Amino acid sequence: MTAIPTTTSLEARIGRWARGQRRLDTVFRLGTALFAFLVLVLLGGVIVALVEGAWPALRHFGPSFVTTEEWNPVTDEFGALAPIYGTLVTSAIALLIGVPISFGIALFITELCPPWLKRPIGTAIELLAGIPSIIYGIWGLFVFAPFLQETVQPFLIDTLGEVPGLGFLFAGPPLGIGVLTAGLILAIMVLPFVTSVMRDVFETVPPMVKESAYGLGATTWEVMWSIVLPYTRIGVVGGVMLGLGRALGETMAVTFVIGNAHDIHASLLAPGTTISAALANEFTEATTDLYLSSLIALGLILFVITFGVLVLAKLLLLRLQRQQGT
Amino acid sequence: MTVLSPPAARPLTRPLVPAERRTEPAPAIKADIRNVHFFYKKFEALKGISLPLYDRRVTAFIGPSGCGKSTLLRVFNRIYNLYPEQRAEGEVIIDGRNVLEPGYDVNLLRAKVGMVFQKPTPFPMSIYDNIAFGIRLYETLPASELDGRVEQALQRAALWNEVKDKLKQSGLGLSGGQQQRLCIARAIALKPEILLLDEPASALDPISTSKIEELIHELRSDYCIAIVTHNMQQAARTADFTAFMYLGELIEYAETEKIFTKPNKKQTEDYVTGRFG
Repeated sequence: MTAIPTTTSLEARIGRWARGQRRLDTVFRLGTALFAFLVLVLLGGVIVALVEGAWPALRHFGPSFVTTEEWNPVTDEFGALAPIYGTLVTSAIALLIGVPISFGIALFITELCPPWLKRPIGTAIELLAGIPSIIYGIWGLFVFAPFLQETVQPFLIDTLGEVPGLGFLFAGPPLGIGVLTAGLILAIMVLPFVTSVMRDVFETVPPMVKESAYGLGATTWEVMWSIVLPYTRIGVVGGVMLGLGRALGETMAVTFVIGNAHDIHASLLAPGTTISAALANEFTEATTDLYLSSLIALGLILFVITFGVLVLAKLLLLRLQRQQGT
Repeated sequence: MTVLSPPAARPLTRPLVPAERRTEPAPAIKADIRNVHFFYKKFEALKGISLPLYDRRVTAFIGPSGCGKSTLLRVFNRIYNLYPEQRAEGEVIIDGRNVLEPGYDVNLLRAKVGMVFQKPTPFPMSIYDNIAFGIRLYETLPASELDGRVEQALQRAALWNEVKDKLKQSGLGLSGGQQQRLCIARAIALKPEILLLDEPASALDPISTSKIEELIHELRSDYCIAIVTHNMQQAARTADFTAFMYLGELIEYAETEKIFTKPNKKQTEDYVTGRFG
């Protein structure tokens, strides 16, 4: 007789407890969904603000905004071609130099490095990633640029500058600051990011796969180039894109060393500008509405370029995955 | 004038009947292992192993996990050299030279001693390139000749008929058993003299396993084969000689039949009858 009420109350207690759990779960689900939607709201807000701010300039200049080089605050004539060009060229230089070096470092760390040296090098790379960009900028302006001006650039002018078909890239006086210097600083800045991604993905290759290649008599280089790199290409592309993202948007270091001239020169030694450098330099001087709107339009263009790069990377990865047939 | 047909270099097929084997000429020693010790840092994994591997014979290594049989296999092609904390002492004489000598070219050694691992390890490339990869490391062949070598290797590994229409597809898309035969084809494409199989069927289903075993029978006529296995029946089915190892020592080494029917040592008998291990 006494057993029955106990059972009911137990069931009731379990039921209450379960209802409480379900309520908590609902709160949790709604909470996380809210955070996730916050990202979408923020992104949407940024896009709306950029388009709204850029609209006057885009309406005034039309499509010619992205095709004209002229940037004259006095006459209120603005064209975005020079900063777009500068952004793309400095990023290209950064990747061209940074990616092979990163590959070499990652290869050394994963395959060749004696175990006691692994940790110091890994830590050094992480520290390199932690240096604020303003430090790179100051170092670039006061140490790196003079060094380039006195040694590397005269050498480039005398050697590569004399090569027919290539010489135009290294023409003109060695100024120290310029597109090439900015590209080199960017290369140093993307290096730790690309290296650590590559190192991490190289270490995901099963040792047995590498051993099978070594077991056929392959050398370390052959194993890295023909086995490890194809095996990890998706991660490697991801790492390169991470570096490219940083190079495209980097502001302070580039502003210090690029010269900030709204001109397009064939020579990499000449000064130029990038979108982010132009924004950082000129926001305080934007006296007219059209000037300010043109700067915001530059920001919108940078946003579009970065987005485009991401989309291209995704498409590339999809194609690679299809080729791999898995 | 009569044209004499050239003498066949080696018979293309060899009957698989054990009775046949007894009439075969006495085998030559292909690799002579003399007093091999192996160390993982301070731990001694092999404590003085000595035995011969015979040419055109299959030698099986059995024993409980951790007895050092895979380690011994990894000594033969010096794959342990990849890891600085591992080292071997002693001698492995192949073709009159000690391959453990520091001066011995490991890349050439590995062309001579092929290895197949526990799990299939196809490379992330097409089926064709998986085979051609190894050949290209050593020889620059015209395309037609390379095609021939690839086909030959796939034929030999009994995989050709299954993949001949999809050579350009990724090797990763094959089934586990096919991948393992691809790895064997990749190893024999280099025309090695010794083939090391480290539990080649342990990750495969019974049908794929029997295909691999048939393949071992087939390859026996051309190679010196060393196989590590956990499967006693597999050793009995495939091997001419069997070595029983325990805790880094070679307990007994003899003809397979003897190991499984009247072993000399009590330990061997206990292991092959399933009483321990």
